[in-house]
Amino acid sequence: MSTHRRDFLVRMMQGATLATTGGLGWAYLLRQEARAQPFALRPPGALPEADFNAACIKCGQCVIDCPPLILKLQPAGGLLPVGTPYFEPRTGACVMCPDIPCMKACPTGALSPALKRIEDARMGLAVIDIENCLSYKGLRCEICHRECPIKGKAITLELHPRQTSKHAMFIPIVHSDACTGCGICVKACPTTEAAIRILPHALVQGKIGEHYRLGWTRDDEVTQTFDASAAAPVLEEVANKAAGPVKGTATDYLNDGGL
Amino acid sequence: MNDHPPLNPMARLWSWRYIVLRRLTQFFTLLLFFGSAHWGWSLNSEGSRAIPLLAGNLSGSEFMGIIPMADPFAALQIFLTGHLLQFEVIIGALIVLGFYALIGGRMFCAWVCPINPVTDLAGWLRVRFDIRPTFLLSRNTRYFVLAMTLILSVLTGLAAFEWVSPVGMAHREILFGLGFGGAVILAIFFFDLFILKHGWCGHLCPLGAFWSIVGKINPTLKVRFDKTTCTHCGECAKVCPEPQVLNLKLLEARGLVFSGECSNCGRCTPVCPEGSLVFDFKPLIKKHNALAQGSVSKVEP
Repeated sequence: MSTHRRDFLVRMMQGATLATTGGLGWAYLLRQEARAQPFALRPPGALPEADFNAACIKCGQCVIDCPPLILKLQPAGGLLPVGTPYFEPRTGACVMCPDIPCMKACPTGALSPALKRIEDARMGLAVIDIENCLSYKGLRCEICHRECPIKGKAITLELHPRQTSKHAMFIPIVHSDACTGCGICVKACPTTEAAIRILPHALVQGKIGEHYRLGWTRDDEVTQTFDASAAAPVLEEVANKAAGPVKGTATDYLNDGGL
Repeated sequence: MNDHPPLNPMARLWSWRYIVLRRLTQFFTLLLFFGSAHWGWSLNSEGSRAIPLLAGNLSGSEFMGIIPMADPFAALQIFLTGHLLQFEVIIGALIVLGFYALIGGRMFCAWVCPINPVTDLAGWLRVRFDIRPTFLLSRNTRYFVLAMTLILSVLTGLAAFEWVSPVGMAHREILFGLGFGGAVILAIFFFDLFILKHGWCGHLCPLGAFWSIVGKINPTLKVRFDKTTCTHCGECAKVCPEPQVLNLKLLEARGLVFSGECSNCGRCTPVCPEGSLVFDFKPLIKKHNALAQGSVSKVEP
């Protein structure tokens, strides 16, 4: 092997090693940055996590075009992915502008124009801390219910009468099919620390699974039909067995004092 | 070198014209963004909402509510993540790309980039205090960093440079609130000052590498080189942050600073005692040089 070729190969390997280690370190940094994302509350229309991370160009046009100025860009070194827009409902809730200017300002489509009505936005989901919610203590608070922009749909009140000496509870119930996650309830909540919070869906929503059949609900899918003719021989057999020592039907058996 | 007479104060000021102009462009670009973001600089709109004069930042912006602009390098990375880019950002990226392709890609580096004043200061201090280099690194490293940016964008599904870019951080944090970005800028300053001369802008920055490639096109603004007057004194190479672009052999062959790595900062033109390096319109350079050489060859025999 000539020194020339040897030098070339060594240099190639040195270059490749530098590139791989550097690349790994860099990729690790990117992963770390992107990992914080599930905690972020994004402006309306934001794509799902990974897509949003890929698409956001970090230009801040949504921040500038936000009429109530609630959006912020995360500076480097913070808890959320660097340079991406977010809001904190307790200090600045989304006022749900009907024309969605932040989404319109987005040049890349990270805030997707597929969102046509602000009511369809799903920025997050309101979750209630029932240990600290005033309504659960029997106080007539219900501020979240009254302030909610999706009136009577996203937060409803459920009446729970209690014993005579106690006030009935009017407890707020959040409905995920209507809640946009705007956070106006969080901003309005009168407790020292908000007893209602907006969290990203992925952090609070479960999934029931396909295999459960709630047979007793009216609109549940019917999976088995009762066929009388098919069941007849089985019923007859059961009846014959039962007809042994005791005569008559089950009702007779009971009426005759068999029990 | 020593036979160049010292400049009188007015000439000295005049020799700073390009650096003053560059700082002004950098400052006013930033001011336009800042005023639109914080002081309500806007057009009175027809509807209910005012249209910000220049909304956004260097990554993406909109001028007067009509002209979109976007960093083509950022757009390229986002494209590589697999995200289907929206029309607006494609047009914006093409506008910016076209603009810099026309006047020189690295005009961005020397005239707009917010990191430039920081690294310029470090470079100046380095000369002032005669700080010796710690190690040397190929200036082509930046092209590898550029390639790595593109590869990582594909692999991680994230715009790899945009997530760590000190340029983006500096600009964003001036406009949208301070964070850890200041520390990154300081790190770059000290890296350039103590570790590697022109380390960031001249060796590592993939955005600079991107604009260097775009800068190869530049059909307009170039530094013209007149070989008939040049005395090879080397003053230009002393102040140039990318001295490899002043390779004399290439200069003599081409008659202008040809490399895309030239940022058109204009440092070399005032320091050249013979006036051999001058900004010129590229199509006129050939004619000028032919004339100059013609006149010399007429005089000489």
